[in-house]
Amino acid sequence: MPGVLKPAPQMGDNGGSLYKKREKVHPKKVDGPFRRFKWAVLFLTLGIYYITPWLRWDRGEFSPDQAVLVDLAHRRFYFGPIEIWPQEFYYVAGLLIMAGLGLFLVTTSVGRAWCGYACPQTVWTDLFMVVERWIEGDRNERIRLDKAPMSAGKFAKRTSKHAVWLLIAVLTGGAWVFYFTDAPTLLRELFTGQAPFVAYATIGVLTFTTYSLAGLMREQVCTYMCPWPRIQSAMLDEDSFIVTYKDWRGEPRGSAKSKDAGLGDCVDCMACVNVCPTGIDIRNGPQLECITCALCIDACNDVMDKLGRPLDLIGYSTLNRDKAEAKGEALQPIWKTLLRPRVLIYFAVWSAIGIAMLVVLAGRSRMDIHVAQERNPVYVQLSDGDIRNSYTVKLLNKEARPRQFEVSVSGLQGARLSDPVTGSEPAATVRLDVRPDGVDTYRLQVRAPVASLHAEQTDIRFNAHAVDGEGDAMETTRFSAPASAVAAQ
Amino acid sequence: MSVDPKHSEAGGPGTTGHEWDGIQELNNPLPRWWLWIFYATIAFALVWVVLYPAIPVPGGYTRGTLGYSTRGQGEQALADLQADRNVALKGIDTIPLNELKDHPQLMQAAIEGGRSAFKVYCIQCHGTGAAGAKGYPNLNDDDWLWGGSMEEIHATIVNGARQPDNDNTHVSAMPAFGRDGILTKGQIGDVVEHVLALSGQPHNAAMAVRGKDVFAAQCASCHGPNGEGMREFGAPNLKDGIWLYGGDRATITATVTNSRAGVMPAWKEKLPESTIRQLTAYVHSLGGGE
Repeated sequence: MPGVLKPAPQMGDNGGSLYKKREKVHPKKVDGPFRRFKWAVLFLTLGIYYITPWLRWDRGEFSPDQAVLVDLAHRRFYFGPIEIWPQEFYYVAGLLIMAGLGLFLVTTSVGRAWCGYACPQTVWTDLFMVVERWIEGDRNERIRLDKAPMSAGKFAKRTSKHAVWLLIAVLTGGAWVFYFTDAPTLLRELFTGQAPFVAYATIGVLTFTTYSLAGLMREQVCTYMCPWPRIQSAMLDEDSFIVTYKDWRGEPRGSAKSKDAGLGDCVDCMACVNVCPTGIDIRNGPQLECITCALCIDACNDVMDKLGRPLDLIGYSTLNRDKAEAKGEALQPIWKTLLRPRVLIYFAVWSAIGIAMLVVLAGRSRMDIHVAQERNPVYVQLSDGDIRNSYTVKLLNKEARPRQFEVSVSGLQGARLSDPVTGSEPAATVRLDVRPDGVDTYRLQVRAPVASLHAEQTDIRFNAHAVDGEGDAMETTRFSAPASAVAAQ
Repeated sequence: MSVDPKHSEAGGPGTTGHEWDGIQELNNPLPRWWLWIFYATIAFALVWVVLYPAIPVPGGYTRGTLGYSTRGQGEQALADLQADRNVALKGIDTIPLNELKDHPQLMQAAIEGGRSAFKVYCIQCHGTGAAGAKGYPNLNDDDWLWGGSMEEIHATIVNGARQPDNDNTHVSAMPAFGRDGILTKGQIGDVVEHVLALSGQPHNAAMAVRGKDVFAAQCASCHGPNGEGMREFGAPNLKDGIWLYGGDRATITATVTNSRAGVMPAWKEKLPESTIRQLTAYVHSLGGGE
């Protein structure tokens, strides 16, 4: 529609430049159900973030007692009773897939709820704005302060604001590092200067990002840097609940004092614009910058309530519902709008992955055996005529206690096992110690009388049985013999 | 719902003035600070170029004022590794060989060190898997010419076999029964059949019976009355399935006629004691250690 575009010479409203100065947003204080909900989410998420590393979980003497611990150095991930080894990383992959699908599910049903309520950028920005409001006052005072020349008072306010911001930022980075090592130990080391450099560096980087992203950049992170707002259009459809201005009811807008009977409900008080953390006007319709924090709903309802007009001039609605409402048609129940096929399919896939992961997790083995036949030499003829093969055997003990596994070989008559390093006598079974929560590697040798060899390659099976009775594992491999020995049969 | 402001007369960013085939380019301006970040990266790069190795120049590259080099990092890492190893090596050097297996970690370190040294000094004859070849013993099996205990393996590596000017080297000399005319061709044929019988192979029974007497007279002093071999002389066991040069009729005949005398270097002049001890542990661990 070239006709509705502005003519080229004007080149927009920023003087034709390809860059523009930031228009600072001064969000006004607001109260209402959505604001209170956001406070609740803020306390909950920040609480989880700061408290989790300090929760303890007794796992015995051989494993750390931190409830949630990402032990990169030892390649273990602890989450309460669940312990993940690197080769079980598919659980984490599954969680990430669930998180992604969960985001789709939420977005397709209630819009950018993640952005508006739970995203760390939103939560920390909210926190930083509270600090700003406490120290510098509400919207109008802040605008005045911005315009005022530098004075002792302004300097003091600015300094204390940035100081508190930096403190929060340091604590944010400080909490992060506790997830990766024993929290009480690290806290002590951080203060005595004995903590590893990477801990200080991580705190430094996160301090910088928290301070700059939540304090200085705020809505620009969402508008310019985050890819999610760009992806959302694929998630949203005509039946997704989003923050909606009912223009059919509000327009034409005009002063509440006007006697003009043709005016809509919008009194153009700018309350919705003033509280907006991204500085947009929701009355222009759905737009990229809107994180659906719903604060404009609280602000508008406050005004409508005072004027005695119907609430929800701005409210959660879908494109279809809004259209129907405008025409005066009866609205279908909210649950019907929510439980449409698209939402149900997302939910089904999301929960299927979750259930599959739970089933696999519940049935997973706490021990394992890996066997690799040595290839050089493949076989050795012994002086009594027996043929011997060597195997590298890895025994995995996922329990946090030392265990002993009894290893045997099946599929080969008269096969006997021995450990050449300890010089043990060849026997039908060999008992091997395996360290707690770890892997021990043994080189085992299997010897078999020529009489039991009927082919150059014989499929055999290594069986590992936990001596404490809790678990079995096995792996198939091959036993090789020289053609001459087989031919002698 | 309102109309998207970008496409309205009321507001929106306007266009850059660029137009191709009727398609106009909207001007959504970047924030100014974005541009400053770009300038900051340029400044960062300039500082980097001064501090770190950066620009190729004839004869090398600019070194940077910090003196950093990846090669230096690698050398430092190797030095750190060697320092770690020296701790284990000290233990391996001081503990008596037969007590090494009571120290599993030192034993493991010795075996790994020996594996590595073996790949450099021993595989030329004994093969990469220590499985030997014709004339070169297989070190994986349980048959030893000179003994398979830690001390015996150590002694063999230190002094080798049939080394001139070495008083402790393993020496044995099997007569060349045919070449030197000690036995006739017929007698050799008989004794070869007897040796085939000893090792349970197909043989001519009549010749073997005659060969038994020849064996008792000429061979039993070293190989034992029943051919079980004797380690003090490095005389191999003739009853088992393991043959250094081959157990078929033709090869045994050649061995009896012309004798055999394999050699092995005395490694004490070439390798430090520490390496020899590690090699000992490795060879002992291969499966035949006694």
